[in-house]
Amino acid sequence: MAIRFILLVNKQGQTRLAQYYEYLTLEERRALEGEIVRKCLARTEQQCSFVEHRNYKIVYRRYASLFFLVGVDNDEVCPSVLLNELAILEFIHLVVETMDRHFRNVCELDIMFHLETAHFMLEEMVMNGCIVETSKTNILTPIQLMDKAS
Amino acid sequence: MGSQGGWGQSKEFLDLVKSIGEARSKAEEDRIILREIDTLKRRIAEPDVPRRKMKEYLIRLVYVEMLGHDASFGYIHAVKMTHDDSLLLKRTGYLAVTLFLNEDHDLIILIVNTIQKDLRSDNYLIVCAALTAVCKLINEETIPAVLPQVVELLGHSKEAVRKKAVLALHRFYQRAPNSVSHLISNFRKRLCDNDPGVMGATLCPLFDLIKEDINSYKDLVVSFVSILKQVAERRLPKTYDYHQMPAPFIQIKLLKILALLGSGDKQASGHMYTILGDIFRKSEPSSNIGNAVLYECICCVSSIFPNPKLLEAAVEATSRFLKSDSHNLKYMGIDALGRLIKINPDIAEEHQLAVIDCLEDPDDTLKRKTFELLYKMTKSSNVEVIVDRMIDYMRSINDNHYKTEIASRCVELAEQFAPSNQWFIQTMNKVFEHAGDLVNVRVAHNLMRLIAEGFGEDDEGADSQLRSSAVDSYLCILGEPKLPSVFLQVICWVLGEYGTTDGKYSASYIIGKLCDVAEAHSTDDTVKAYTISAIMKICAFEIAVGRKVELLPECQSLIDELSASHSTDLQQRAYELQALLGLDSQAVESVMPSDASCEDIEIDKNLSFLDSFVNQSMEKGARPYIPENERSGMFNIGNFRSQYQHEASSHSLRFEAYELPKPSPPPTIPQVVLPLPTTDLVPVPEQTYPRETHHAPNLPSATDASSVDFGVKLRLEGVQRKWGRPTYSSPSASSSSSTQKTANGATHLDGRTVSSQTRDNFYDSRKQQAEVSAEKQKLAASLFGASTAKSEKRQLPTHKTPKGVPTTAEKPAVKGAISSSEPPKEKTVPSSPPPDLLDLGEPTPASTPSIDPFKQLEGLLGPTSAPSAIDHSSAAGPKTPDLMALYTDTPPAAVSSGSLNPELADIYTVNKNSHGTTNVAAMNKGQNRQDSLQKDATARQVGVTPTENNPSLFRDLLG
Repeated sequence: MAIRFILLVNKQGQTRLAQYYEYLTLEERRALEGEIVRKCLARTEQQCSFVEHRNYKIVYRRYASLFFLVGVDNDEVCPSVLLNELAILEFIHLVVETMDRHFRNVCELDIMFHLETAHFMLEEMVMNGCIVETSKTNILTPIQLMDKAS
Repeated sequence: MGSQGGWGQSKEFLDLVKSIGEARSKAEEDRIILREIDTLKRRIAEPDVPRRKMKEYLIRLVYVEMLGHDASFGYIHAVKMTHDDSLLLKRTGYLAVTLFLNEDHDLIILIVNTIQKDLRSDNYLIVCAALTAVCKLINEETIPAVLPQVVELLGHSKEAVRKKAVLALHRFYQRAPNSVSHLISNFRKRLCDNDPGVMGATLCPLFDLIKEDINSYKDLVVSFVSILKQVAERRLPKTYDYHQMPAPFIQIKLLKILALLGSGDKQASGHMYTILGDIFRKSEPSSNIGNAVLYECICCVSSIFPNPKLLEAAVEATSRFLKSDSHNLKYMGIDALGRLIKINPDIAEEHQLAVIDCLEDPDDTLKRKTFELLYKMTKSSNVEVIVDRMIDYMRSINDNHYKTEIASRCVELAEQFAPSNQWFIQTMNKVFEHAGDLVNVRVAHNLMRLIAEGFGEDDEGADSQLRSSAVDSYLCILGEPKLPSVFLQVICWVLGEYGTTDGKYSASYIIGKLCDVAEAHSTDDTVKAYTISAIMKICAFEIAVGRKVELLPECQSLIDELSASHSTDLQQRAYELQALLGLDSQAVESVMPSDASCEDIEIDKNLSFLDSFVNQSMEKGARPYIPENERSGMFNIGNFRSQYQHEASSHSLRFEAYELPKPSPPPTIPQVVLPLPTTDLVPVPEQTYPRETHHAPNLPSATDASSVDFGVKLRLEGVQRKWGRPTYSSPSASSSSSTQKTANGATHLDGRTVSSQTRDNFYDSRKQQAEVSAEKQKLAASLFGASTAKSEKRQLPTHKTPKGVPTTAEKPAVKGAISSSEPPKEKTVPSSPPPDLLDLGEPTPASTPSIDPFKQLEGLLGPTSAPSAIDHSSAAGPKTPDLMALYTDTPPAAVSSGSLNPELADIYTVNKNSHGTTNVAAMNKGQNRQDSLQKDATARQVGVTPTENNPSLFRDLLG
């Protein structure tokens, strides 16, 4: 059930944000991102928003030109507590809604120009591979305070 | 730029982002980044870089690494940045460090001190930043350095700090459970925290703890249930609502925990029934998040001690998933079905056609999920259909990871449920043919053992029939090009043992085939070894019955070739074959007894037969044996080397001890531990030829008569039979499937009366089924049809028939039944008042204390941002419904509806009907539109213009 990575990739396959919750080398990341994007781009809108890749299950969602991908553990060590893909899918939307509230109508450029802010949001929402905060107010308050202070 | 107060970055940074955004290919992007690396290397080393500037450089370094290039030259500057006093710069420093370094990096040690200092800070935001870094950077060795401070922070006055402290402790538990084992009770305490955020975060470590040790946390069941109840009753602050659901992510986490705690525990489950029923009733099947909670509920219900009412609700929800048009919901439905059939296998029958639709769907994800379901519901009556399907699918995919998985599943099912020997052999042939290089070698050994042993017991005729059919099929398959090595080994072994047994094929024919194999796979030494051994066996059997063996020329040349081989093993085998050809029939028979593969070899582990020899040597002054663990490595090597020096010239030897025979993998084949110093046999590394090794002791007798002493005896105890019993004869399977052809869903409705008339009646009454193609029904019948053996189980649904029949028509009635039965339920469940600490309080008092701090914060934020913070609670009107409207189940609407640049969006739309959505979105978000225009204007000022290359840059994500 642990989240292994969160990726934002545009439809040209360019990474726009990458947060890993386990250590992968630069080469491994590069390869993984390439493979996943290729896989997800090949899928149609009607198909499931879930893809298996190696030992990951990838839940993805497309917003305009940007893909939000979340990689989750796919090992069946404990079959009674498998992941809830639909919940992850909604979590992605929560991330986007949170970004939208902060950036007001978020777009790809907002994330590119404020990469650190986007990362800070994710830091509030996901820790140790778990979803730990889902209240937009709680997520954004520290970030807004920080902006204010600086 | 919205709340960010403009573009606070330098032109250089903006240009970089712009050029990355406009890059049209990976190569172009790489060029940009390489140029950037050059610039950064120069700039970052300049003296007195302003701190603000350095922050920007760090972000640029993050870009460099994110796009796949090495930025290690700048790591140290990220570390330095963490020392900064400014919160923003410090946090950026921490962020860069966590992105660059893993917790075992050398530089981490430089940060521990900073973290310690920051954990003591008066500014709680700095403490939070440090705790976030703790979660990512502290490894097992450095835990003690920060642990006391983290524990202290669990009692901090700020809820944000308590939350992060809990998670830091969680991280320590993940990294090194022992380091915090004495602090586990803190998690229980934090579960009762006044702040829902802290409580929600504490569920993560508790979930991990409970997963490891369920029984220690049974006392928390009541607490979890009470929390879930309060969450479901909307007692949490409104900020946790998501799409009108009260704190769904916390609900889901709680349901997961309850599923664990209630598993197989009737008493614990009893506490949960009421709240689960409530959640089912309150579920919101129209939204994705509602369905996510519903799915989690189904999982919970199927995991805890079964409750008929809840199961019924779960089945109903599952069937709604399966009937949905959304692939995502179908996927969840298939998964849920897989859980529910564990409790009642008959549930699947109602949905057989939906399942088959999913199986035949072009969507790979859905297909695999369905295969997972089929795997779970395989039984002897449908194994043939399911495994056939799996193999077909296996053939069609290229993904080795999944191919391996599905191949091993095929093998597992075939071993468990095989209706007949022939079928098993055929199936294994197919698996080997298409995934041979991917399956475990053990599978091959199992197959050889099966062919050798047959079904054991009395039916010798069936066994030999099995063998001849294996030989027949292998001789056929040998014609095919490119067979996997493992499969060829099996084929060679079987041909060697049984190729000539039934007299159908002549020795020279088989030998010819084997020579062809060796020739075609001249680079594969293992296969060649198997072929030469097989040839030897056939020759031996021929000689033993008194026939003269005349070697074919190609066989002779093979022997010649192998005698000169670089592989000592191949040489050995070739020489042994030559030696064997010169022996008389009696000697050959004792060397190579026919069909002796099943016979076990008794191992004299003490090597007592050597005692006299040892004594003799000792008397002559030889040194006594020193056990392996007592001698030095050099001595060990020297000892071996003298033995094998002549062979060591071209090959390196393994000097370490050979592994002891592993007891488990092929239990029938005890590995012969060759007494190395005394035989002149070359020991064969176990993993290469495990099956062959036990023939080895027979061979040396040709040259070394003493080794007959090894003794060859039968030992059948401990022979595990993984195999299905032969009672499942194929006729019964076929007859059941023929009745099911018409039975279909009808069997579900009434299992007892399977007479054809009633069946037809039901059949006609169900229009839906009539529309489905005959082919699918046939498949459904063979998959889901009940075997006769299952008729007793069938009793179960017949009891339910009155409720089961009108599944769609009388839903309200069923619901009514649930709710009407609920009140008494509540009475029976001892509704002990929830512990004070856990009670998050009445709605109003609870929300005031938790909102209070935010009010303060909002004061800090100033008037502009205040309304947005209040937005969700009071004026939830404008924004939330807007999101809801846009956020439908059909992503296309969200995809291209760019409110920013309607014309542009129009040109680049992916979806035709998006224009309408665009306008609606634009009108709904009047204010947002203004924002967008501003944003656009600023963008143009900066010089980033939407071009054909980067139209998407300006398309809003949410539309």
